[in-house]
Amino acid sequence: MKRLLKNGRVVDPAGGTDGQRDILIEDGRIAAIDESIEPGRNEVIDLAGLTICPGFIDMHVHFREPGQEWKETVATGAAAAASGGFTAVACMPNTVPVMDNRSLVEFVRAQGREAGMARVWPIGAVTKGQNGEELAEIGDMFEAGAVAFSDDGRPIRSSQIMRMALEYSKIFDIPVIDHCEDRELVADGVVHEGWVSSRLGFKGWPGVAEDIMVGRNILLSEYTGGHVHIAHMSTARSAQLVREAKSRGSRVTCEVTPHHLVLDHEAVMGFDTYTKMNPPLRAAEDLLEGLADGTVDAIATDHAPHHCDEKCVEFSRAPFGVVGLETAVSICLDRLVHRDIIPLSRMVELFTTGPAGVLGLDKGKIEVGAEADITVLDLDREVTVDAGEFESKSENSPFLKWDLRGRPVLTMVDGRIIHDRR
Amino acid sequence: MKLSSRHLLGIDGMTAEEVALILDTAEGFVQISAREIKKVPTLRGKTVVNFFVEPSTRTRSSFELAEKRLSADALNFSASTSSFSKGESLLDTAKNLEAMSPDFIIIRHSEPGSPHFLARHVDATIVNAGDGAHEHPTQALLDAFTIRKHKGRLEGLRVAIVGDINHSRVVRSNVLLLTLMGAHVVVCGPPTLLPREFDAMGCSMTYKVDEALEGADVVMALRVQHERMNAGYFPTTREYARQFGVNGTRLKLAKDDAIVMHPGPMNRGVEISGDLADGARSVILEQVANGVAVRMAVLYLLAGEPARETTS
Amino acid sequence: MSPPEKSIRVMDADYITRTLNRIAYEILEKNRTLKDLALVGIRSRGVPLARRLAEKLKEITGTVPPVGELDINLYRDDLSRIAYHPVLKTTEIPFDIDDKVVVLVDDVLFTGRTIRSALNALMDLGRPSWVQLGVLVDRGHRELPVRADYIGKNVATSKSQDVIVHLAELDKVDEVVIADTPEGVS
Repeated sequence: MKRLLKNGRVVDPAGGTDGQRDILIEDGRIAAIDESIEPGRNEVIDLAGLTICPGFIDMHVHFREPGQEWKETVATGAAAAASGGFTAVACMPNTVPVMDNRSLVEFVRAQGREAGMARVWPIGAVTKGQNGEELAEIGDMFEAGAVAFSDDGRPIRSSQIMRMALEYSKIFDIPVIDHCEDRELVADGVVHEGWVSSRLGFKGWPGVAEDIMVGRNILLSEYTGGHVHIAHMSTARSAQLVREAKSRGSRVTCEVTPHHLVLDHEAVMGFDTYTKMNPPLRAAEDLLEGLADGTVDAIATDHAPHHCDEKCVEFSRAPFGVVGLETAVSICLDRLVHRDIIPLSRMVELFTTGPAGVLGLDKGKIEVGAEADITVLDLDREVTVDAGEFESKSENSPFLKWDLRGRPVLTMVDGRIIHDRR
Repeated sequence: MKLSSRHLLGIDGMTAEEVALILDTAEGFVQISAREIKKVPTLRGKTVVNFFVEPSTRTRSSFELAEKRLSADALNFSASTSSFSKGESLLDTAKNLEAMSPDFIIIRHSEPGSPHFLARHVDATIVNAGDGAHEHPTQALLDAFTIRKHKGRLEGLRVAIVGDINHSRVVRSNVLLLTLMGAHVVVCGPPTLLPREFDAMGCSMTYKVDEALEGADVVMALRVQHERMNAGYFPTTREYARQFGVNGTRLKLAKDDAIVMHPGPMNRGVEISGDLADGARSVILEQVANGVAVRMAVLYLLAGEPARETTS
Repeated sequence: MSPPEKSIRVMDADYITRTLNRIAYEILEKNRTLKDLALVGIRSRGVPLARRLAEKLKEITGTVPPVGELDINLYRDDLSRIAYHPVLKTTEIPFDIDDKVVVLVDDVLFTGRTIRSALNALMDLGRPSWVQLGVLVDRGHRELPVRADYIGKNVATSKSQDVIVHLAELDKVDEVVIADTPEGVS
C-alpha cells in the first residue's frame, strides 16, 4: 500500500530540509521525497498548512508495567505517546520487579508491539534490582533489545559501580544514563533549595547535589571512555559542566524536560503536588542557554504517571513525578518556538536526531529508505490542556488548563497512522 | 472590615488591615478570660474539630479553651487515637471528619501545606495550628498582640529572633506578620540552621547574636528541638548555649525596655537562661494567656464569614 | 452617612438635655438613693447617654454613680445570619455589679433583642440585685417581652423607618431623626 503525504512543510534537521515536500510511503518506508509527487492511484493525505517532522522520540518515560499498572501500562503509555506526537519512547527500568534481565526486557518490548502504537524501547537496569551494588546482565538485555542502561530514580551512588558500568558498556557502545543526585545532600528534600523552600519550610534540595554527581560522572566518563548521559538535567552549573566536557570532546550527553524548561520553583507555592518532581523545579532560565547553544542533546519528558489518589496527599508525602507525553510538544512549541527561544528546526532536532544520537540509533530522519515514522504538527492549533483528553491513565500534569499554541496532529509509525486529530 | 479569606491558613496573603482587625478584636476577648464567668454564647451550636495529627499540648489546649469560652462544641481528634495512624490518608480522614458537619477544623500537621490541602477538599473553615516548618499564624498573631500591648505599636520596632530558624514555623509567620506591620526583624542562628535566602522574606540575617540583639525592642528565643541537638547542626548543646543562648549579659545590648519572648516549650539554659525566662522583662506567660484571646478573635471573625464558597 | 431625603427631626439638643434631666430625677425617684446604683451604657450610643445621666445625677446629689460600658456583640442572636461579624469593642465595667442596681442605658428601644443580649452579657459579669432600663427613644415594634423603666420619648414609627440618634460626643450634634430607610438597608 502506498500513501502520499502531500503539500506539507517538511522540517528535517538531519537532512537540512525546511520547505514544502511531498513524501511517498511504501511498505512502511519512505519511498520518495520530492517537491511535488503526482498522486496517481495512491492514497493522498493532504497536509497543507501543517509541518511534517521525523517521528519524535522521547528517550525517558516510565510506563509502570509490570507492577504498577494502575498508574500506566505499556499500552496506555504508548497510546499517550502516539497522542503526544511521539513515534518512539525509551522506558526506564524502575518497574516492579525491576527490569534488570532479558525476560523483562522482552516482555516490555512484546507489550509495546502488541499495543501497536509508539515504538517501545526498553532501558535496562545497570545494577541488579537497581540497588547499585552488582552489575545486571547488560549484554543479555542488550541482545534482547535494550537501548540504554540506567538505574533511573536511584542514582548510582558508588563511583566504583559507575566506573564499572561505564567500562562494561563500551562493549556494546551504549550509554549509561544516570540520575544525578547526591542522596546525602538531598536527604528528604522535596523542593529546590532557595527562597521558596525556605519560605514554605520544606527541606531544600540543593542544585549542588546534582552538580557533584554530574561532575563525577563526567570525570569517570573521561577516564573510562564510556558514554554517560545525564538524565533530566536541572541546573545551570551542570549545564556548564556538560558544556565544558563536550568542548573537550568527552562522551557526555544530556537531556532536559519540558517542565524544567518552563516552570520555576515558585510553581510549588500553592502546594500543588502536580508540581512535585525529581529533580525539583528550579529556574527555567538557567537551562535555556544550553538548549540554544547545543549543550543539551534531547528534550525528554520523564513521563512519570501516578494515580490521582497517590498525588492527592500532603505535598511532602506525594510521590515525585509528572506526566509529560501529551503536553511536551505543545509546551515546547508555545513556550520555546513561538517565543523565539529556539527555532523550530532546533526543537525538532531535540526531539529526533538528538535523542537518536544519544542512543546510537539511526532514527529521527526523513530520508528515502528510512522507516516512515512521522510526526505532523499544526504550529498554530490552539489547545487547552485537558486531562479528560489524555490517553495516559494518569493526569498528574503541572500544565492542566494551560492555553497553548501548537500541537501534534498526526503520528505515524511504519507509515501507519497511530494517532490522528487533524 | 472583614477577613477576605474564610480560612486562616497563614499570615502569607493577609493584609495589614486584616492583622490589625484580628489584634483589635482580640482586645475585646482578653477581659472575658479575666471574668468570673469565662464564657460567651457567641459560637453556640458551632462545632469545632481540633485535628491534631502532630502532638501538641499547649496549642491544642489554647484552641480548646478559646472554643469553649465561645460556647462552641469542641471535639479533639488526634492522630494517635484515629484511623489516621492506621494508614488512612489525610483526605479520607478529613472527609470522615467533614461528614460530622464541623464548622471549623483546626489542623496541626507535620507537613507544610496540609491546611491548604484540607481547604481545597473540605467545606469547613480551616485554621492552621502549625504545618511543619511552614506557618503558625495564630502564634504570630498572639506574639504581635503581646508586643503591641507592651510597646503600643509594631511599626518601627526592631525584633530579634534567635534560634533554630530552619525548623521553626513560628519564625516564618512572625517574620511575615511583623514585616507586614512595619517592624524590622533580624533572625539569628547558626548557619546550619538558617535557611538559604531566608532574607527574601523581608528580614535580615546574622550569625552573630550580639549583632542581632543590638538595639532590639523585642528579643524572641526559639526552641532548639531535642531531635536537632544530636543531628549535627551544631557540635554540642553546651556550645549552642554559649554561642546562641539568650542571657542577661547579652540582653544588655538590647534596649533598656526590651521584652523577652519565647513561644515555648523552653529549654532553660539552652536557648534562654532561666533568670531571663523568669525575669521582669519576660512576657512568656502573657504570650500564653494572650493566645486564648487571639484564638477567640480568630474564631469569632471567621465564624462571621459569609456563605461558603468552594474556592479556597 | 448623608441623611436620607425624607427625614423628620423629632428631638433637638435642647430637647435631649431636658429629657435626660427628667430621667435623672425619675431614677432618683424610683431608687431614692444612689448608693449601690450604677449606670451601664450599651455601646455605642448608650455610653455617652449613661455618662450624661451620671453627670446630671452628680449635679443633683453631689455623688457620681459609677459608669460602665457594655459591648453586646458576642451575645447577639443574629451572628449566624449576618454577613460578617461586627468589630468587637471592649466591655469596660470597672466595678463589681454583684448586688448593685444597674441601670442599663441605650439610645433606642426597638425589638428588644439588644436588651436581651445586654441582660445576658450583664449576668455573665455578676449578679445585680435589680436591673432597670433607660432609653432615649422607644419606637415600639417589640419582638421580646421587654419594657423600659425610663423612656425619654415614645415615637410612633413604621418598621420600614429608621430612628437615628446623633450625640455630640460621637456625631458632633445632638438630635433624633426619623428617616425612611433606603431600600434594601435595615
